[in-house]
Order: sequence, then C-alpha cells, then structure tokens
Amino acid sequence: MEQLNPRARSDRYGSRINRTQSPWRALAVPYASIAFASFAPTLLLADLMPLVPPLGFMMLLGWRIMRPGLLPVWVGAPLGAFDDLLSGQPFGSAILMWSLAMIGLEMLEARFPWRGFWQDWLTAALAIVIYLLAAAAVSGATLATPLLMAMVPQALLAILLYPFIARVVAGLDRFRLTRTRRLA
Amino acid sequence: MAPPASRRTGYSRKAQYSVFTGYLLAALGAVLGLVLLGLSWVRPHAFAPLRGMVSSISAPAGEASAVTRSGTQSVWSTVTGFWQAGSQNAGLREELEIARIRIAEADAVAAENARLKDLLGLAKDEVKPVAVTRLVGSSAASARRYAYLSIGRRQGLTPGMPVVSDKGVIGRVLEVTRSASRVLLLTDTESVLPVRRAGDDVVAFAEGRGDGLLKIKLINLGLNPLKKGDLMVTSGAGGYFRPGVAVAVVTELTSDGALARLVAEPSATNFVTVEPIYEAVAVAAAQTPPERELADPAAGE
Repeated sequence: MEQLNPRARSDRYGSRINRTQSPWRALAVPYASIAFASFAPTLLLADLMPLVPPLGFMMLLGWRIMRPGLLPVWVGAPLGAFDDLLSGQPFGSAILMWSLAMIGLEMLEARFPWRGFWQDWLTAALAIVIYLLAAAAVSGATLATPLLMAMVPQALLAILLYPFIARVVAGLDRFRLTRTRRLA
Repeated sequence: MAPPASRRTGYSRKAQYSVFTGYLLAALGAVLGLVLLGLSWVRPHAFAPLRGMVSSISAPAGEASAVTRSGTQSVWSTVTGFWQAGSQNAGLREELEIARIRIAEADAVAAENARLKDLLGLAKDEVKPVAVTRLVGSSAASARRYAYLSIGRRQGLTPGMPVVSDKGVIGRVLEVTRSASRVLLLTDTESVLPVRRAGDDVVAFAEGRGDGLLKIKLINLGLNPLKKGDLMVTSGAGGYFRPGVAVAVVTELTSDGALARLVAEPSATNFVTVEPIYEAVAVAAAQTPPERELADPAAGE
C-alpha cells in the first residue's frame, strides 16, 4: 500500500498506526496559548501610548472563532482573571468583557451559523474595537481626545493582525492534534 | 464553515442541561467580573498581592527582555550612527566647544553655590538611592501607562518613591508587594507632577495626556511665559521628588501652558534608580487629616 501512496495509513495529524493524540496536549494547548498571549505584551515597554494589540483577547477570539465549541462558554472568567493580573487593567475588567464576548459570539453564531473568513475577520474586528474602547473606559484613565487618537494605531494594528492570529491558531490546532502518543 | 453539530442538543436531557449550565456559568462569570471591577474601582490596591505574585513569577522573563531591549537599542544606534557620521561629527564638534564654555561657567557657579551654602550652613547630603534596577515590563496593551519592577518591599521600596533615570524623571512607585512593584509613568493620564522652568520660577503642573506628550498647565495664568525648547524640571512641591530633576522639553505652546516631550523615555533607558521620598515628613503630614492631627498629639511626630 505504501508503494502506491506513502501517506495511505496517515491522516493530516500523522501516522494512524500505533499513534494517537495526546489528551494532555489536546486539552492544554488552547489555554496555554491564550495565557501566553496575555503575558507577552507585558514584556514590551510601551511607555508613550498603548501600542501592542490585546493579544490575549485576540487569541481567545481566534480559538473561539476557528474552533467553535472547543472552549466552554464560561472560559472567559478564568482566562480573563489571569489577563487582568498582568494587563494593568483593574481586576475584573477582562473577566467581565471576555465573558460577555464569549456569550456574544455564541449568540452571533446562533444567528449566522454559516460563515467564512471575511465574516470572521469582520466579527473579530468589531469585537476588538468594542473591547479596546470598553477596556479604556473602565481602566481609570481620563478619556480625552489625545488618548483616543493614540489608541487608533493600536486598534488598526490589532485588526490587521487578526488573520495572522488565525493562522497561528490553525498551526497550534494542528500541533494540538498531532498523533504522538504510542498506543502499545 | 458549517456550524458544529455537537451543540445541537436534540432530545438528550443531559446535553440540554450541560449547554444550559454553560450559559449559566458564563453569565455568572460576567456578573463576577462586574462585582470585582466595582471592587477594584472602590479599592484599587485590593488585588495588589495577587498581581505582585504573578509579576514576580514573570520577572525573570522580563529581565531577559530588558537586557535584549538595551542590546537591540545599542545595535540600532550603531547603525544610525554609521549613516549620520559626517554631519554628526561636525555638529558634535560645535556642541563640544559650547559645552566646554558652559562647563567652565558651571564650575564657577558650583564653587559659588558651595561657598554660599557654607555661609548658610545648608549642607544637604547627596540623595542615596534605594535601589538601581531595570524596568522589566509595562502594561503595553492597556490604556494605562504602568511599568513593572522586579524589586519590592524586601528591597525597601514604598509607594510614592520617585523613579528616575540618568536623564530625568520616569515616574513614581504606585504599588509595592514583597518582590515586585508597579510604577506609574509620567505619560499616564492620571499622573500629575509639579514642575518649574529650569532657570527661573515659572511653576506649573505636568500632566500625562495618554499619547506620549505631557500637558504643562501653568499655575499663574496670564501671559504665557513659556517658549519652545524650555526645559521643565521638578519643583519639589508635594515632597515626593527632589527639586531640579529634568522632566520634559516644551515643544508646542497652548492657551493655558504648553505641550512637552519627555526627557527620559522609559523605553530608551537601561537602568533606573528608585530614590527615597524627598520630604517624607511633609508627605506624611499632607496625608494626615487635620482633625486627627489635633486629636492625637503623637500622630504628627
């Protein structure tokens, strides 16, 4: 069989003979990647204006949109709590907004069950803009024109970055489901 | 993309209940977030220990990135320096000439200062820094401008201490836990710093605007005495900062003051110094309500 087609006994996640997916990896990768994305912006020093996209939230959006049903609806609360401890926002803001985002996306998916890349990007862009505005409103900063103007590049960067995040999520999803565990 | 079939519950009671529980938990999570958010508004430092724990765990990664940051900066400045070598050389020669003259003048002023201070018996010691460290990170995605330090109460930090670099003011310590602390940078919209113009006594407040510039608000309104290129330094009012540390350079005049650019940009600094509060007694006195001061004679001491 292998002479005809070398990949006959494998699927997109690797050989099916004596190999299966690791449950640990399949479970942990989405959560670990979102937590890491929450942590990554704190390493950069944005001293003048908010510049780095809200990567944790974008990763959550990515997993939610690319793999509906994988993350439970209530996952916004625990992951948001971790994000709040690092992001500089008052504690509770991401818990609230990530939970609302998960519920909102669920409702949107019930309304528009069939969707494609462009609609996903539009959804993500709207979610990101609303999230950034809401986060700034509850952050305790004085909302004046200069701050809002300074947030425009951040929002644009975040919207343009979403397709890349979607690719990263797709790659992580392949890694998540790679057949590595030996059965025998 | 087709909708996932797994969430169509059909007649299965179990599936119906688990979907319902998911929605219920999500709504409860949102309510919990709202309650915690309200709590953080009322008591901003209530969750400081939790935050400190997480940031002290993540501090080593921050240290590594801080080292990398200063490394890449020097590479970048080497590259730009190569391109601008000729014109820069001429400019620097000219500056050096002027600087030599100014240094001679400054020596004379310093000598006179020392003489006058001796005359008055005013020998103020040099400020001894509490700690010298690197900024290990910042709230880069948030609308607030915080930086993080990987040192805390164990190294003697307390809230309110000034953080300065070799160029000028960076911000002040806002929240301290055992081995991590958070610095409010000057560019944050809630940061206000009393300043004066270097050279004379035009006093003002420097407020962050959130977009990298500082708003210089003059205290005495009237004719705006500021000019482009004026250097604003700390005035020492309030008791937190020692007077005479560079803060910002005026770049644009407005009706009630000016807009100014930071002298010491935190991302361009390598090491920062945490200094003790300049007049700790005055700060403590300002925070004590007069009623308590009068009621308890020991409180003022």
